[in-house]
Amino acid sequence: MKAAVIVFPGSNCDRDLAVAFEQAGFQVDMVWHKDSVLPEGADIVGIPGGFSFGDYLRCGAIAGQSPVMKAVGDHVNRGGYALGICNGFQVLCETGLLPGALMRNAGLKFICRMQTLTVTTSDSVFTRGYNAGAEISVPLAHHDGNYVIDDAGLAMLKDQDRIAFRYQGDPNGAVEGIAGVLSENRRVLGMMPHPERVVDPAHGGADGKALFSGLGAALVAA
Amino acid sequence: MRATVTVMLKQGVLDPQGEAVRHALGSLGFEGVEGVRQGKVIELDLTDGTTEAEVTEMCEKLLANTVIESYRVEMGA
Repeated sequence: MKAAVIVFPGSNCDRDLAVAFEQAGFQVDMVWHKDSVLPEGADIVGIPGGFSFGDYLRCGAIAGQSPVMKAVGDHVNRGGYALGICNGFQVLCETGLLPGALMRNAGLKFICRMQTLTVTTSDSVFTRGYNAGAEISVPLAHHDGNYVIDDAGLAMLKDQDRIAFRYQGDPNGAVEGIAGVLSENRRVLGMMPHPERVVDPAHGGADGKALFSGLGAALVAA
Repeated sequence: MRATVTVMLKQGVLDPQGEAVRHALGSLGFEGVEGVRQGKVIELDLTDGTTEAEVTEMCEKLLANTVIESYRVEMGA
């Protein structure tokens, strides 16, 4: 099983994400944003958190136009897996690989704290390690996590069971507390919270571990 | 030649920053500010002959996120 973790100028969760993938049994290659091809045989692409290109213009906007994202788009359109966390979620929305957009938090403040999430669906390779309805504690660290989507898009996400995680309470104004969404084929997940920061008890929690171990188990069986 | 692109949040998209500015104006004693919307202005220095259609394409592909933003292009001399 191979994972490719994309590195943009300003990415700062790339190594954490690589460690989380490695723990789950993946061989990880780091891929610089100027590369126009992904490593041979990459099963999943990880798009990490951080502040790609200094969040200039809009969070994820410049990164979304980088050469490697064309390759990521091709990978996803071929049915490949992708996981975007925090800034990675913003990049996936900017490129249109996931619907909706992430706006400035409703309270305008950068949020950096643990947050309880509800796992909304267990029907994906990312969430199969949890029971639907489970509560998990995962860190937030974002200024622009206020997920917006139009009414038709929201109805589609709900009809297709594509909301992966919801916040408990309302930390950032996101519509219906949406913290993470799946693509139509359920092979792309974008989420604002940071599961890669809670994969070891030494982190102060390990509720993110099941995401990566479930993913590893699913892809090894595939 | 120059083009000016104005990017604003679409009507109906709540603008938390504009709302914060409105509150701040109120607390400074400016009455009668019923709404504030905040956007951005992007000035492009262009080679002569660049068309408005090309600038529109720039907006669609990068300068605006049309999920949440609308844009207006003004072509100048």
